[in-house]
Amino acid sequence: MRTALHVLLFLLLPPLLQGVINRVKAAFAGRRGPSVLQLYFDLWKLLRKGAVYSTTTTWAFRLGPAASLAALLLAALLLPLGGGLPAPVSFAGDVILFAYLLGAARFATVLAALDTGSSFEGMGASREVTFSALAEPALFLSIAALAIARGSLSWTAMLSGQMQVWHLFGPALAMLVGALFLVALAENSRIPFDDPNTHLELTMVHEVMILDHSGPDLAFILYGASLKLFLLGAIVMRLALPLEASIPAHVALFVAGMLVFAVVVGIVESTFARLRMNRVPQILIAAGVFAALAVAVILIRVGA
Amino acid sequence: MLLLAALAVLAATAVAAAALRSLTVAAAGCVAAAAAGIAAAGSVLLGGDAGEVRWTTPLGFQGALRLDPLSAWFLLVFLFVAALCAIYGRRALAASTRPMGMQAGGYGLLVLSMCVLVAAGDALTFLMAWELMTLAAFLLVTHEHHRPEVRRAGLLYLVLTHAATACLLALFAWLAASAHSLDFADMARHPPLRPRTASALFALAAIGFGCKAGAWPLHVWLPAAHPVAPSHVSGLLSGIVIKAGIYGLLRTLPLLGPLPAGCGLALLIAGVASALLGVLSALAQHELKRLLAYHSIENIGIILIGAGAGFIALGAGRPVVAALGFAGALLHVANHALFKALLFLAAGAVGKSAGTLQIDRLGGLARTMPQTALWFALGAAAISGLPPLNGFVSELLVYLSLLGGAFALPLWAQAASLLSLSTLACVGGLALACFAKATGAVFLGTPRTEVRAHEAPRGMLAPMALLGVSCLAVGLAGRPLMGALARPVLQLSGASLADTVAAGALPAVGAIGAVLIALSAALFALRALLLRTRAEAGPTWGCGYAHAAPSMQYTAASFAQPLLAVFRAALLPQRHATLAASPFPTRVSAEQHSPDPVERFALTPALQGGAAVFGLLRRAQPARVQWYALLVGVALVTLLLWGTR
Repeated sequence: MRTALHVLLFLLLPPLLQGVINRVKAAFAGRRGPSVLQLYFDLWKLLRKGAVYSTTTTWAFRLGPAASLAALLLAALLLPLGGGLPAPVSFAGDVILFAYLLGAARFATVLAALDTGSSFEGMGASREVTFSALAEPALFLSIAALAIARGSLSWTAMLSGQMQVWHLFGPALAMLVGALFLVALAENSRIPFDDPNTHLELTMVHEVMILDHSGPDLAFILYGASLKLFLLGAIVMRLALPLEASIPAHVALFVAGMLVFAVVVGIVESTFARLRMNRVPQILIAAGVFAALAVAVILIRVGA
Repeated sequence: MLLLAALAVLAATAVAAAALRSLTVAAAGCVAAAAAGIAAAGSVLLGGDAGEVRWTTPLGFQGALRLDPLSAWFLLVFLFVAALCAIYGRRALAASTRPMGMQAGGYGLLVLSMCVLVAAGDALTFLMAWELMTLAAFLLVTHEHHRPEVRRAGLLYLVLTHAATACLLALFAWLAASAHSLDFADMARHPPLRPRTASALFALAAIGFGCKAGAWPLHVWLPAAHPVAPSHVSGLLSGIVIKAGIYGLLRTLPLLGPLPAGCGLALLIAGVASALLGVLSALAQHELKRLLAYHSIENIGIILIGAGAGFIALGAGRPVVAALGFAGALLHVANHALFKALLFLAAGAVGKSAGTLQIDRLGGLARTMPQTALWFALGAAAISGLPPLNGFVSELLVYLSLLGGAFALPLWAQAASLLSLSTLACVGGLALACFAKATGAVFLGTPRTEVRAHEAPRGMLAPMALLGVSCLAVGLAGRPLMGALARPVLQLSGASLADTVAAGALPAVGAIGAVLIALSAALFALRALLLRTRAEAGPTWGCGYAHAAPSMQYTAASFAQPLLAVFRAALLPQRHATLAASPFPTRVSAEQHSPDPVERFALTPALQGGAAVFGLLRRAQPARVQWYALLVGVALVTLLLWGTR
């Protein structure tokens, strides 16, 4: 029952986030914007359409979207809703598996992009692997900080009952939220790391890689991208808004929290410009430094 | 006794293969020996006792061969990979016109010496096997000795590894003198060492074995020697021969008793440096086998991180954390042997079929060599540590040991663990980037130059397939894997692996890996069902440009450029560019090479300095026999006077 609730929430909600972000951006630009359900309509349409395959491509291009989505779906099983609702799959070390499942999804997408032989898609793939490699230390140091603060190696313990952790390590947690928010934006190729609005001129990373995908493949990729944003967003949200309640109310709190996260992303995207490419590593290293400081603070507090 | 049978078969194989100049004999012998040796190792790992063989040599030395769980683990890995590489080599060198006696006999000799090495129960047998292994590997590396760079690489290998062996001689001489015995079992029973003595002995072991393992900064010979060997030998050298260095460390360090805290830390730092600088150097390479050789340094680094975390935790009285570190190191030894051999074999198939291994001259080989491409991609995912493959499982164990170290150790050890953790995370991302580059540029897209490639023959594909399936099987094994690792880990750490967090993690990871494969297949089938007949073929979208040519594809060098730019301070790349000088330039070019910084700034000046010093000595040498007689006479008289004083 609880697993079913978890699966339903994590399967159905992600496209809604994209809709909310786009509505916030439209509001800032003084437009009405598309429906918040637009991505659901797009996915439904794409699933029923045919696909064009470049004659250059091989099995790597066809397998990429399915494998990538499968890895992200399994990663969704490792995150808890919090408030007495543990993750469906939880064991000591699931945090590492989570990070490497995102890696597996990335590898599949990157190989599919390189399979087209297009220099544009190669460029996007190159940037994707560059930025994610540089984001990795920030993510793992944040994980280590949470592990030390909670004495556990599992997301379920790390993302539940956060209130007392805020009391103990408030400043450190604030830095972690900042670091993980930057990681979430970088991993999802959003402003200030990349502009997801177009496929060509303004856009440099993720949307570039998927230029040749169409039909159900593109639906898998778009859905996977929204799921990835949802997963990393859920981690940031559960850290930043550690409210908990009894089960029915907690689910509502969780959904509301995710919507708040979407609004914040929308505000960031409306008020910041995309960074120059050679600035991106500096921001990612800054995120790593935030996480390292947080670990140091927590270590010293725990030791004292 | 199965082990003796395996050794006898290998000895016979070495002689017969050399005499008959037949790789088929070498392969058949290796397979037969592997069957016997793996059975022996398996029974030890499952809890059996293999007994031991003792003898006394004419000079009165006591020699012994015995198979404890640590030996059995390495023996299992060595023989499995050696047999598969031998099968591949038989087919790969079938068309070669070079004499095969040295190659075939050397292969048998190398495998024999490695088996004796891991089974050796005393220092003399160990050192003799060590020396034999070094020499046999030299014979195999210099297979194409008509090429000057092969001779140079072979010589570099021989000189550096022998310099390292001198450290080992000193180490064992000291241990034997203090224990009055050459037997490893007696050597452990010496009075507690003073910290300074223990540190000095540790340094001897670390230099001696670290050089063989290719740990940074003693790695310089490795990226020179491994790529020039025939591919199945490269697979053997990178996959298992360098692991002899790891085995040596794990065998001898416990003999020293409790190590000072700095020793484990030194291993950890060497591991971090090897992993990071190895993967960065790999990223900068333009040749496929050289890229793979640098990745061996990275993976040795990961193994050393695991072992270092293990020794630190052991010193701090945390055997449960140590068990995780040693389990990660041991499992990564096996995993790296599997996927690195697989990658070298696939690269060899590419080189043989396409005639070049320059990454930016290849491309699109997945069309002409689909099976090789599949196995290479699988190996690439495995070495990048991605689930559901084996590389992830061992890296997970190393991560867990570092996180365990961050919990409950002294503050300096916590800081070291966290630093290693973040570096290892970055290394994982860089390895993924590097193998996306290699797989993408070699196998995907369209061919960049006119190469007529064709699929490898079955005799070469079958070993690749077996290695690939093993990578997958280890990734999914979970509980059986815990069983296989239990005894060696217990021997090294004194704690049971079943008491660690791995007991919950490994089975869960195996199960999730299986679900991942099933879910991918289900989604792939769903996609095929949705598309049915509605898939069309067309050209790659060229962003509005209609005449895209293969040479316009993104190159591997460009793919790696952003990361190399971030890490240029560590790599010190050299650029040569001819820029467009006029409105109608005739020739524009740019190249960037990253020669090994250690070789450039330390080894080459040292060798040149050494040559200058020896040049002076040579000048002082008289060229007449009379002078030598006089010198000998003077020396004799001096000694006599000194003796009667």
